[in-house]
Amino acid sequence: MAVKVLPLAKPVMLDMFDRMVTIRFFEERVIDLFREGVIRGSTHTYIGMEADAVGACTALRSDDYITSTHRGHGHCIAKGGDVRLMMAELLGKATGYCKGKGGSMHIADLDVGILGANGIVGGGMGIATGAGLSSKMRGSGQVAVCFFGDGGINQGAFHENANIASIWKLPVIFFCENNQYAMSMSSKRANSVEDLSVRAVSYNMPGVTVDGMDVLAVEAAINQAVERARAGEGPSLIVATTYRFEGHNIGDTQPYRTQEEVDEWRKRDSIERFRQYLIKEGVATAAETEAIEKKVRQRIDEAEQFARESPEPELSSVEEDVYA
Amino acid sequence: MPEATLMSTANLPATRQITYVMALNEALREEMRRDPSVFVMGEDVAIWGNKGGVYGVTQGLYEEFGAERVRDTPISEEGIVGTAVGAAVTGMRPVAEIMYADFMALAMDPLVNQGAKLRYMFGGKARVPVVIRTQEGAGRGIAAQHSQSLEAWFAHIPGIKVCVPSQPADAKGLLKTAIRDDNPVMFLEHKMLYATKGPVPEGEYTIPFGVADVKREGKDVTFIGIHTMVNRGLTAAAKLAAEGISVEVIDPRTLVPFDIETIVNSVKKTGRVVIAHEAYSRGGIAGEIAMQIMENAFDYLDAPIVRVAGRNVPVPYNLRLERAAVPQDEDVINALRNIVPR
Repeated sequence: MAVKVLPLAKPVMLDMFDRMVTIRFFEERVIDLFREGVIRGSTHTYIGMEADAVGACTALRSDDYITSTHRGHGHCIAKGGDVRLMMAELLGKATGYCKGKGGSMHIADLDVGILGANGIVGGGMGIATGAGLSSKMRGSGQVAVCFFGDGGINQGAFHENANIASIWKLPVIFFCENNQYAMSMSSKRANSVEDLSVRAVSYNMPGVTVDGMDVLAVEAAINQAVERARAGEGPSLIVATTYRFEGHNIGDTQPYRTQEEVDEWRKRDSIERFRQYLIKEGVATAAETEAIEKKVRQRIDEAEQFARESPEPELSSVEEDVYA
Repeated sequence: MPEATLMSTANLPATRQITYVMALNEALREEMRRDPSVFVMGEDVAIWGNKGGVYGVTQGLYEEFGAERVRDTPISEEGIVGTAVGAAVTGMRPVAEIMYADFMALAMDPLVNQGAKLRYMFGGKARVPVVIRTQEGAGRGIAAQHSQSLEAWFAHIPGIKVCVPSQPADAKGLLKTAIRDDNPVMFLEHKMLYATKGPVPEGEYTIPFGVADVKREGKDVTFIGIHTMVNRGLTAAAKLAAEGISVEVIDPRTLVPFDIETIVNSVKKTGRVVIAHEAYSRGGIAGEIAMQIMENAFDYLDAPIVRVAGRNVPVPYNLRLERAAVPQDEDVINALRNIVPR
């Protein structure tokens, strides 16, 4: 199915650029802080995939839902999450999104429809489908975008929930970010089909593959799926062809891919590509894009400072919030 | 008429006798009438058999509430529980039916890793008011994949509440409470209890979680039973009374939250405890209950705690083998008789 890229207003595009840069700078800072040892556990960065989350969330209302993944920082920022609360959570602080109990893989902001990152691959499938069911039953017009990857699409949960969403015509968009690798397992080795979007045929829903390094193409594809969902016509499967520039996690030695391959993909960096587009189309000057970057850098500095200065959670909180 | 809160159903007047199935059905019907965000979903819940549910719990609901609120699902247990959790966290109150507790093995991720943990992981921001109804237990000759009692699995996981009603009146009041609760609730019914009848009050009432029910008072030994074992305990108590042994029969009704206080008070009186369930003895909830008694009432114990539980084997098909695998009346009677000195 063809996707038509429609023109977007200048402030919308500048905001997209801002959010893409925010994701990049946030993640670069996360790598530094992880190496410094102030972020513990495991962290999966979204660097390289910025066009996917930002393209998708630009097509959404603020009350629409998303479910995210273990590689979730980008989704959270794109949907309107607060980088200060995110950074505080990564540092395990009481002021963080989850009061220091969730960490990188469980950041959620229900106020802006972020139903949580997820430590289980495919864990968001049911939650997104249920959110779609809830929206439909309440007649709220909200849609749910379920982010997952070329690994998650092989979980049984995808099959069950895609089928349920289809028979009930739920406003759900299954958005597969095919970043080519599930840890070390390449999409080519793991999947029975090369074009993952053909799986949509099984569920009688549209299946579209887009260039996941092109933020406008992603926005257009998701927008089309959102219109269909809001019209009560049911779910879609959108597959973005993309790439994670960094390893699976910080510390991944990446024996499963070559430096040449990574370099090749880095040349297609979606942020530089979008910057060139903005300049060429006269939407922004180079100086304007640099000014945005400067502002973002400042926001990340502030987020880091906020996180570092925030208090640790009280030990007494360990038993809080198990039950409502 | 103001809604009643029933603390005990032990000595209800026998004015209205209905089955466990119909008690559950009434609870669903009343809650669906009361709150439009309550809905039912599951395999064959709408039009199977006598108009809904393989054991008939949802019968007639489709006719009253329609396809939007009584949803037949594909055979997709992970999808059912996952979708129910997602609907719950976004403002609905789903009651999902999983046909057999055994099939929960297919749906553990959305329950255990998602539903049970969202609130805690998100720092207290989420509410997950979902009820998973399912049924467990042996006795129907349907062997190893349709007869297990798995309540200990769910009780082990923080973030889930667990109900195990044994009497029709408890089933109704606890299900209504479960539907109104803002947490994931595993509501475990027992297939051999569905046809049992008992007194159920007219009018609406709820039963609070975490309140054990003393089904029969006694002074020589405390018997704690799960599901069918409560009835076996009552049968045993009646028989042993003739031999001069006085058995106190306690039904915890909910395993999470768990009312240890009622049990401790009983142990202070009797000094002896027998715990019975159909579930495999190894890792069964009896071990947990015994430990809590040790922690809270060790000084009052006059004898080691005894458990009467399922053997550590898959539930077999053959009638005699099945009966040998899970506790019967004689097993309960013998355990009670042996623990009381004469």
